[in-house]
Amino acid sequence: MAKEHFDAVVVGAGPAGAAAAYTMAKAGLSVVLLDRGEFPGAKNMFGGIIYRHELEELIPGCTQERTFPVERHITEQRYWLLGPESVVSIGHKHERFNSEPYNAWSTFRVKFDPWLAGKAEEAGALPIYQTVATGLIRDRSGRVIGVHTDREDGDLYADVVVIADGVNSLLAEELGVHRTWRPDEVSLAVKEVIALPRETIEERFNLEGREGTTIEFLGATSQGMTGLGFLYTNRESISLGIGVMVSDLMRSGVKPYELLESVKAHPMIRRLIKGGETKEYSAHMIPEGAWRSMPKLAGDGWVICGDAAQMVNFVHREGTNLAMASGRMAGETIVEAKANGDLSAQALAAYERRVRESFVGKDLKKIQRMPEFLASQDPKQLFDGLIGALNEAAFRFFTVDSRPKAQTHKEIMQDLIQAAGGPGGLLRLAWRGWRAING
Amino acid sequence: MSVQTQNGKQAAPVTVNLEAKLFTIRYKADTAPHLAIRDQAVCAACERPCETFCPARVYEWQAGEGRMHVAFENCLECGTCRIACPHQNIDWRYPTGGTGIAYRYG
Repeated sequence: MAKEHFDAVVVGAGPAGAAAAYTMAKAGLSVVLLDRGEFPGAKNMFGGIIYRHELEELIPGCTQERTFPVERHITEQRYWLLGPESVVSIGHKHERFNSEPYNAWSTFRVKFDPWLAGKAEEAGALPIYQTVATGLIRDRSGRVIGVHTDREDGDLYADVVVIADGVNSLLAEELGVHRTWRPDEVSLAVKEVIALPRETIEERFNLEGREGTTIEFLGATSQGMTGLGFLYTNRESISLGIGVMVSDLMRSGVKPYELLESVKAHPMIRRLIKGGETKEYSAHMIPEGAWRSMPKLAGDGWVICGDAAQMVNFVHREGTNLAMASGRMAGETIVEAKANGDLSAQALAAYERRVRESFVGKDLKKIQRMPEFLASQDPKQLFDGLIGALNEAAFRFFTVDSRPKAQTHKEIMQDLIQAAGGPGGLLRLAWRGWRAING
Repeated sequence: MSVQTQNGKQAAPVTVNLEAKLFTIRYKADTAPHLAIRDQAVCAACERPCETFCPARVYEWQAGEGRMHVAFENCLECGTCRIACPHQNIDWRYPTGGTGIAYRYG
């Protein structure tokens, strides 16, 4: 591969890299798609939900294909606030989610990533998998002109390097685009895929055919840490996992696999996975820094996409969505720059503007105060205290004991206010929580 | 470990067989370790949170030998230790291309 030169080298064949490679290859650019895994997706794990809209934006009609690798379309989404042995739940199910075009599906990365990377290959991108990009090649002016790989004579040269190497973006760190993430900018998620017969899943979740349910849960299950759990239905399995902030994990001394095991033992969850067989355990980090952790997105000879640039909307459970959108926008920018014969840093900066003005930037900006809001709260008070108090309040609200309702309701309110740190505390929490999700 | 319920009664203890969990993951062993301790003396003086936060229990302090044992072949490549080691004492690289974990579901 000595001195081979391409229009673009894309590092990482996840959703961001594959979307970038597809967009450029389709426009006729010469593109290499690199991945360190045995195949694209081999190293990847996510909760398990992908969304139609951005996929159709990228490849119109692709979600209608017979080979589109999904498990169930999501018709019901639930949120569970868990006490140690109780739940307060809200949720939404709509028949409209049960008819095409579907909104979202559950899936596995080992199926989805190779499928999407395959689209880039079909469009003409050259796949080079099982290969690590070990460093960036730069010219005397500092411009990035390629990557070193761990293959013999494996240097690859390109006009632009698309850095889409995921949450552990060693290339971006080498470039100095961002420093190593702080422990309060990332969470660690652990997950199990638990096999159950199709009929059992459909009975337990009240599903027909290919309908699917998602449950996000928080509260006692994160053991005093800031965290969020998830339970998604696949066709013949359940994806069950929990993510907690790495900074909290360091402080608490809780072991991730013990945390997951106690989630599985929670009375509200135990029943749903009863009799299931664990097919796979996995772990992956999730960027949680949002807008304020997002680095500069383009420079001299490079652009950066997806997890590598902290593009995860953790409030709305969107990651692959943002990755694909950013990869597409990076690809479009490079195609235009190439057509204009101007691949300067100034020309590539159009990608940064494009991302920040799109839903990707706007949504990440909307939740920009969420990380600092969560960091400022004692997770024990928020996830155990307040959610626990809410569960106790619900228990008392529904308990019939011939006491006057007015008295019971007054006591419930007093307990809730106390759990929030007094009347001022409740107002402050409500105000700061509101601001955290509204820019 | 166990789950403490609201009314104080102890729920059935939760036992974890991590080996069984790790056994579900497909690995292709790299020939050389991709993780290395930079300075064992730093680990000796550390509280060693890596022994608990690693999801695959890769790091285990061998008190007798006074050194950190690194079971790199169990590594899930999540990168938590790269970020959370209090002294950045872990030399963390990606395994050689095509080796390491290869999930079957993900």
